[in-house]
Amino acid sequence: MTECLLAATTWLLPFAAIDWHGLFFLLFAAIACGAAIMVVLTDNVVRMALHLVLSLGATAGLFFLAGSEFVGAMQLMIYVGGTLVLLVFGVMLTAQTQLVSLRTPAADRVLAGILAAALFAVLVQSAVSVEAWRRPGRAEVSAPTATPLGMALLGVRVDGDAAGHESRPLSGYLLPFEIVSVHLLVVLIGAAYLARAKRRRTPRAVELVASVDPPPPVQTRSEAGESASVLVGGGR
Amino acid sequence: MLIAVGTVSVAHYLIVGAILFTAGIACMAVKRNALGVLMGIELVLNGANLNFVAFGSSYLAGEGRASLGLDGEVMALFVILLAAAEAAVALAITLNFYNNHATVDVDRADDLRG
Amino acid sequence: MAEFLIETIGLPSWLAWTAVAAVAAFLILNVIAGGALVFIWAERKIAARIQDRLGPTRTGGRFGWLQSLADGIKLLAKEDLMPDGADGMLFRLAPYVSFCASFCAFIALPFAFDVVGLRLNVGVFFVVAVLGLEVFGVILAGYASASKWSLFGAMREAAQVVSYEVPLGMCVVVPVMLAGSMDLVTIAEKQAGWLTNWYIFHDPFTFVIFWVYYTCAVASVNRAPFDLAEAESELVAGFHTEYSGLRWSFFFMAEYGSMFLVSALAAVLFLGGWNGPVPIASLLGWSDGSSLSAPYAVRLLGCANLMGKATAGVLVMMWIRWTLPRLRIDQVMTTCLKYCTPIAALMFAGVMLWQLFLPGGLVPGSRHQAAAVREAWLEGRGDRVPSTNVPLGVVPATSRQVVGVSQ
Repeated sequence: MTECLLAATTWLLPFAAIDWHGLFFLLFAAIACGAAIMVVLTDNVVRMALHLVLSLGATAGLFFLAGSEFVGAMQLMIYVGGTLVLLVFGVMLTAQTQLVSLRTPAADRVLAGILAAALFAVLVQSAVSVEAWRRPGRAEVSAPTATPLGMALLGVRVDGDAAGHESRPLSGYLLPFEIVSVHLLVVLIGAAYLARAKRRRTPRAVELVASVDPPPPVQTRSEAGESASVLVGGGR
Repeated sequence: MLIAVGTVSVAHYLIVGAILFTAGIACMAVKRNALGVLMGIELVLNGANLNFVAFGSSYLAGEGRASLGLDGEVMALFVILLAAAEAAVALAITLNFYNNHATVDVDRADDLRG
Repeated sequence: MAEFLIETIGLPSWLAWTAVAAVAAFLILNVIAGGALVFIWAERKIAARIQDRLGPTRTGGRFGWLQSLADGIKLLAKEDLMPDGADGMLFRLAPYVSFCASFCAFIALPFAFDVVGLRLNVGVFFVVAVLGLEVFGVILAGYASASKWSLFGAMREAAQVVSYEVPLGMCVVVPVMLAGSMDLVTIAEKQAGWLTNWYIFHDPFTFVIFWVYYTCAVASVNRAPFDLAEAESELVAGFHTEYSGLRWSFFFMAEYGSMFLVSALAAVLFLGGWNGPVPIASLLGWSDGSSLSAPYAVRLLGCANLMGKATAGVLVMMWIRWTLPRLRIDQVMTTCLKYCTPIAALMFAGVMLWQLFLPGGLVPGSRHQAAAVREAWLEGRGDRVPSTNVPLGVVPATSRQVVGVSQ
């Protein structure tokens, strides 16, 4: 039994140097890229949303791997848990059978493919062109960044010494933070205003308005006729 | 397949970001569904975010310090927040469009064409 | 544990880590699955008692405690149906999405000191975020079933969960503020000692906010009276109308798993985590580490403590479910937006002011005495608490220098 185990161990020894970081990076990167490409290739809008969820979730995993735990959790919470739920909500509100799969002409697809390929070539070229970016990262775990991040959002930088910025003072992000909060408030109100239920002036509403102050019967008939004609005229 | 220790560098992240970015651009170009276009925008923003985080990560930076430091993460945070805002507004517009036109096909939004 | 395997048995490190990870995953899976079995049985018994019935009495002895196992076997044997016109891939995928989200959140949940799958610096945030992903399974199930009832249930679920994440997040931030850390282990450590150190008894505002949290937690895991997504009186069974057999049971396991999870989170955030009402470990003198088994005993005690609190939370949820009538969807939204959110915001401000003006509590010095009695796992581990704990209003020396420079 022990010998068997030992034999198995020696056989597996070349794999002893597995780099978990690299392995998980590959895993998450494959999921993110594959799902992103599936978003483009799928026509069904609900499946697109699912692939988008996968892609963004895997991106959150990449953030965790890069040592930015806070951004990763934020991505999961706001992006995947909030924005995408909203998006799926919109998809379901508008999901009629003829709208679920809208196909694009093949010529457009080819054009988009050429455009994307060209863009991709340029981006990859620039990504690998700088030597400093190709240097492998450190193998040790870096200090958690959540606290410096929070302090920076409050306007105080505590990461100055670590990052080696002694020469120039670092400013915090209190003002951008406030601007973003006000912006979010504005968006909240604006979105609620845009998507609110419209009060349409239907004939029933006219009746209701008329019934508030009941005039004599003859007048009512003429008024109803008038309003109906106005409605028809408005329709034209 | 043997993966050597510490091979993941900033460039790896940049390439993943580039793939996400181009997928998003292609998505915006190809889709006729307004919500599909919105998803393309989300992908583009995420590709950019990945770059920000990669440049800001002291884990990925080699011997020297990270080129962006904390700024990269703060930028990523702001992008996430503003993307949420953008999605909310775009969704409201889409739903409004759907109410008025009974479709979400962006090619049909040509009322103002002369 | 991984170090132990590497050093004593001589396993290569990757094998040791894989083994440890497998053991941890197995344990968590067992907590969810075994917990679901026990809780389903408990729910049936409690429901029966509340409705003046007996509940299961025959399967497996006098109290019917094998009932949920029998149910499980029945579910396994059931035919797996898929409605005509359903989106096959999404239909099959949906239950696993739900279950995985519930499972992933357990990764960062500490059961006792050091008994945590992955100690994350942003643990609270991670748990809440991942728990929010469970809604995707429900939405997908609702859409893919190609049934009106399911779609209605899914839409309600989406609206409800997104709304309730706002007050939930606000409640969760309060213990984070008090502890000065988002690390769940640190938060629980700070509540060590006597009952009075628990954050629920920290000040009146936290006491109120605990109940707001509990309400929002019940709503966010879709339990009655907030179970609009499956409201059987209106929507047949809501999002899982078309499901049967094993896939349906996955939804149930996810539901019971997340019930347990939010209760455990409540225990960690407000009820002292694995610290009992009385610091037994210190009183028994296990803190000096004289006996070899003491650390394990202390950890076991902590696990039992946390499990007990979480189970109590789940039982209260069941009690609520069988006592209160279901709310209407607009009432659910009103509860969230008009009551829970403003109350949470007010209490948040209150806790902040309290922390600013009365950091030591109403009776000066009392809290310090209480804090002097510490549980065993805190002894000699002063460095364990990360230096990132910046109390509110206190700026560390380095940052003061930075501020000085910038001025």
